[in-house]
Parts: sequence; structure tokens; C-alpha cells
Amino acid sequence: MQHILVAYVEDKPGVLNRVASLFRRRAFNIESLTVGHTEQPGVSRMTIVVDADEMMTRRIEANLYKLVNVLRVDDVTEKPAVVRDLALIKVAVKNGNRGEILQLADVFRARVVDVTNESLVIEITGTEDKIDGLVEVLRPFGLIEMVRTGMVAMARGAEAVSPNPPLVAAHVPAESQTRASQAVAMSV
Amino acid sequence: MKRTGAQIVWECLVREGVGTLFGYPGGAILPTYDAMLDYPVHHVLVRHEQGATHMADGYARASGKVGVAMATSGPGATNMVTGIATAMMDSSPIVCITGQVGSKLIGYDAFQETDVTGVTLPITKHNYLVTRAEDIARTFREAFYIAASGRPGPVLIDITKDAQQATCEFDWEAAAPRLPGYRPDLRALPSEYQRAIDLIRSAKRPLILAGHGVTLSGAMKVVREFAEKTNTPVALTLLGLDGFPASHSLNLGMMGMHGEAWVNNAIQQADLLLAFGMRFDDRVTGNVKTYAVNARKIHIEIDPSEINKNVHVDVGLVGDLREVLEELLPRLPGCDHADWLAHINAMKGDSAVRDIQNLPDTGHLYAAHVINDLWRLTEGKAVVVTDVGQHQMWEAQYYRHEQPRSLITSGGLGTMGFALPAAIGAKFACPNEEVWVVAGDGGFQMTMPELATAVQEGVKVNIAIINNGYLGMVRQWQEFFYERRYAATPMLSPDFVKVAEAYGLKGIRVTERSQTAAAVEDARTDPGTALIDFRVEQEDSVFPMVPAGADLHAMIRRPAPKVNVMVETGADREWELAK
Repeated sequence: MQHILVAYVEDKPGVLNRVASLFRRRAFNIESLTVGHTEQPGVSRMTIVVDADEMMTRRIEANLYKLVNVLRVDDVTEKPAVVRDLALIKVAVKNGNRGEILQLADVFRARVVDVTNESLVIEITGTEDKIDGLVEVLRPFGLIEMVRTGMVAMARGAEAVSPNPPLVAAHVPAESQTRASQAVAMSV
Repeated sequence: MKRTGAQIVWECLVREGVGTLFGYPGGAILPTYDAMLDYPVHHVLVRHEQGATHMADGYARASGKVGVAMATSGPGATNMVTGIATAMMDSSPIVCITGQVGSKLIGYDAFQETDVTGVTLPITKHNYLVTRAEDIARTFREAFYIAASGRPGPVLIDITKDAQQATCEFDWEAAAPRLPGYRPDLRALPSEYQRAIDLIRSAKRPLILAGHGVTLSGAMKVVREFAEKTNTPVALTLLGLDGFPASHSLNLGMMGMHGEAWVNNAIQQADLLLAFGMRFDDRVTGNVKTYAVNARKIHIEIDPSEINKNVHVDVGLVGDLREVLEELLPRLPGCDHADWLAHINAMKGDSAVRDIQNLPDTGHLYAAHVINDLWRLTEGKAVVVTDVGQHQMWEAQYYRHEQPRSLITSGGLGTMGFALPAAIGAKFACPNEEVWVVAGDGGFQMTMPELATAVQEGVKVNIAIINNGYLGMVRQWQEFFYERRYAATPMLSPDFVKVAEAYGLKGIRVTERSQTAAAVEDARTDPGTALIDFRVEQEDSVFPMVPAGADLHAMIRRPAPKVNVMVETGADREWELAK
């Protein structure tokens, strides 16, 4: 099962390496990992998508917390959240089918960001499913190149998530969903 | 005040209370070594950087304080890797300081340049690369704090040569740790305590599994009170052996691969396991699928990532063991588990007849005899530092420890060559204690050059080499599981007595049990380090044994008198679960 973790980390040299190394060391499977700045100077935010069951995800979470540079980890899988992926797709244009491609892009609310006689570059933002959908309808035209950023996620609602909260939700890894509900929350 | 980076290193070490450190100089750490002469620290020159890390480790384990090792860049630092990994696996607080090439040269494959922070990333609790003198003070304060707090572990600080040479303002007070992401003091919620109390109240066959965490959190007293109040027997891991007095009536002894049969059987029959500061290592559980299937489990552990890692538990109480137990104990009723204790005692009787101590003396020198005699002759009061292998298991079985920090051994990583340097470190930590090295002929030769360190420092440790001419534990596996095909296990050793003499030390050879007492006495009274070469029975094996991955109750038992190896299988278990 796919789990989406959001990790706040100190923006220091080698932190990405520490996180990546942890996944390698413990044989956890990363599907995607994105890193970027946050509104706070010195704090970066990672969105990590893992292929792991509940039990494994709790282990990953606990191990991330062991890294000294990791400030907070949230599992947003079950929470209402905005999850987005961005893709750039270079499509081959021939026999005057440009119009058809543009129409399809329009249906998906994608934008054309580069045009040549032989190709189009289309930019699309959305959920993984939506992007997969566009990729599939464009495939018959001939995909020259594609790049995807991997997922970024943010919980919905006005509540701001402090990257350094007084209460840390590093619950004890639990065996199952039922156990997860009884999981221990720990305070500093 | 203005200081060079090198001076700041020592200003910090002195303020952190470091009086002794273990190291080996070289190009990239030279500025720091040069500054050392102006500070009140004692530097122990080792013969190999691995020795420095084991000494720091032994120092830390014997004292509970942070041990410090120092080396140069490149090969100096990579030689430390084994010692750092050893400390990591056994949660030992050490700080390793390495020199690094100048910051301008990093990444250019300069002479003796190695990416040491990269190399040690998975085997340190945390590590630092410092490229500016201004960052040294804070880094040291953070490193010592991280190493010693929470679940202890090794921290490495790699300092570039230019950072050591540069001058800056030194302000200790202003350099307080800034670690927003580091939370060593996690606490379980009160509701979890109640669930634990309910389980303990209703248990009929409870068992405490005590590990290294007992000593690390200073919980010896409260664990004992807990066991006595609830009348719960205590089984110990290898690293937990010195956390509960061996002579205590509730002490069952060691569990796991070479644990006593009654201990492992008790675990399999228990209805409640109370895991105190241990991590259900595979050497402790055997096959996890059949491990203690009848038992509910409460796990008290400071590291949340250990809970539900190897064994699923019913209640996980995160926190410092001593604090958790002090919270729990007053809320528990007194219990009486007389039937359960009597049942375990009955299982003991069966095993005792197979025990080598109860077998007639055949004139052969058995390692178990040697260690049992050593225990008797030292009145169980020595700090014993073991290497890894058969002798380590015999030590665990036949040397009975009463005091915390009196057994120092590489458990998690199983590092051969650990004993001699770790014992030297331990002796520096507690100079008034009698320190014994118990090592095999194989492991001893891995770090034997540290004898010169002991001589140069005038340190007295006593060394018992359990010399059987084989890599004994591997040989035992070959005997049991590889049809006695002794691939690369017969081992030629130098004459250890002459080796000792070459270092200017007393060397004694023992070939018969009757010589043991005099030899041990000789070694103890010799003013310097003394070495005894015990030429023991060559093809002796450690019993009982749970084969790797086998069920915990499927032990290969000690051969009964005049009978060959007897395998206890599930079918001939003499116990039935009394429900």
C-alpha cells in the first residue's frame, strides 16, 4: 500500500543523504521523494511516498525520528490532503495532429509551454491518476521525453503545522490499523 | 577569548570532563595534537585506531561516561569503523574525533582524504563534518549530549585541518546545543501504563527479560524491587547479565542461543513477557514465529523504533527504563507466583545434572572449568572483558556477575579483537578494579599489538587466553551443521607465553586444571599486565545451543553423562502448558 509521509528537516548539508541512506539501510521502498524549502528559513520539507503497509510505515516514521536533523514527520495518507505531481511531457507532432493534441491537453487543463514544428511540451499539474490519464492518451502520438517531479502533499484546512511542535506524534509502530488507533502519542 | 580551532577542541574536551582519551596522530589531526600538550588531558597512544575506539568503548561501558577516541583522516578514520559499529550496536556512548584534509581540498581525492562522515553515516548515532573553527564548540557540545542521552551511541566529528588552524572567538556558554529535532526524552501516555498494569495483574506466568538498558538507565535497583514485589523471575540477555545480581533467587540466567534450557523453556511457557531495555535480537528469540506465542508482551524501551520491530508487543512503553518502572511500581500489587517459580525450579534440576561443573574431573582442561575457577578465585568481583566466540558464551554461563558494569562484551556486532583494547579502556575508567580479559586464541591475535599500549601506559590487566587451537565457535557450527568439515578453522598461534615475555610481561601456561589456581594467583599478584595461556580441550562445544533460526525450545542440550548430544525436539518436551 502507498503511504505519503511529510517530513520537516533541518536545511543542512547531508540531510537528504541521511534520509535516503536510512531507506536503503532498513530496506524500505521509496516510490518518490521530493525536497523543497518551506516558509521557515532553515527548514526543508520532504514528501516521501513509500510502498509499505501500516506496520512498516510506523517503523519508517520511528526511524525518521531517530535522525537528529528530522524535526517532524506526518503521515498524511489518511488525512484530507492536497496531493500534487507535476509533469513535463514532450509529444511528437506530425501530419497536422497538433490541434488534436492541444484539445486533449485542454481537457486535462494542461498548458503548452514549448512549441516546435515537430513537438510540443505540455505541463500538467495534478494527482498521479490525472497525469497518468493524460500520458496514456498522448502515448499514441509518440512521447519523446517525460519528467515528473514526484508527489508533494499538504494537509487541507487553516491549521498550520508547526515544523517543531511541542507534541510529537511519533506513535509506537503498531501491528495493525486497530492497534494504530491505540498507538501511543508521546510528548517531549 | 581568541583560540585556534585546535585549542577549542581541547577547551571543549576538558569542559566535558574528558581526562583520558585514546588515539593515534597523523597529518590532518596534527594541529590538534600540537595544542594537546597545553591541556590537562592524558592521551593513550594505541597501536591501531580500532584499538582506540574499543578502548573508548570499554571506558564508556565501565564508567557510564562518554569515551573519546581520536585519529587522523583517511586510513586513521577508516580503521575506526569496526569500533564505531561495535559501539553503535551495543548503544555505547563514544565520541570519535577525526582530522580531515583542508576544506578547499575536500572532494579532490587529496592525500589521506576519505569521506568519513559518509562512511560512518549508517553506523553512528549522528556525525558532523566541521569546516569552520567557529562551529567546533557547538558541535562538541552537541556531540557529547547526543552520545550520552536517550539511547546512547557513537558520534563522530570530522574536523578539517584549516578549521583546526583558524582562530576565532571561543565562548563556551554561547555554544549551547541547538537540536530542535533531537528528542531523547520521549514519554509514554498514562493510558498505556494502565494497560500494562492490567496485564501484569492478570498474569499467572510472568517473566522479566532484562537487557542492556537496565545498566544504561541505572535501573538495577528498581528492576530488583519490581521483580521482588511481583515475584517475577528474571531472564537476562548477554549484555544484561550484569544488571541483575547472579546470586538473586529470582535470577534465572541468560536466555537465547546459548541460554540455559530452563530459561528458554520458561520464555516459551510464560503468559506475560516484560521486556526491560532489550530489543528481541535474533540470537535471543530464535524463530520469531514460534517465539513465546503464549505470552502477552510489554516492552519498555527508550527507542521507539525498537518497539514492534522484531516481535509484536501488546503494550509499548517508550521512555527511560528507570523512570518508567519508578512510575509503574507503586501502582502494582504484590504478587505471588509460587507455582510458576516452582515449575521453573523443577526444570533447572533436569539441566543441572548435565552441567559440566557436576561432571567428574577427567583430567582434561575444559574452558568452562577455567572460567568457573576464575570466577571462584576472583570471588566474582572482577570486571571481565570478553572477546567473541565460545569463551564469551562460557563466560556468560560460568562467571556470575553481581555488580553492574562488571561484564563488558561485544554483543550486537560480535567483534573479535574487542577484549584486550576494551579492557585497557575499562582499566582507565576504574583503575582500582581488577580487570580480566577473557579471549580466544583467534580474537586475541586480532588486536594483540595493544599489549604494547598496556606496557607503555603501565596499565595492569590480566589476560586469560582460552586457547583451543581452533576458531572454536565456527568449528562448533561446522561440527553441528557442516558435517565436521573444518574449513579454515584450525589455527596456529604463536607461543603466547613468549609473546608476553617479548613485551616484557609475565606469561604463564596452564595445561591442567590443577595449575589454574596458582596461575591466576600469579597473574593477580604480578604488578604488570600478565597473560595466561590456557591450553583447553580442543573440540569442546558450548551447550545448550539453539541453532540459528530454530525454535527457541528446540535446543541442542548438553550431553547427558556418557550420552552423546541429545536434541530436545518439540515432541519430547517434558513440559505441558499448565493453563
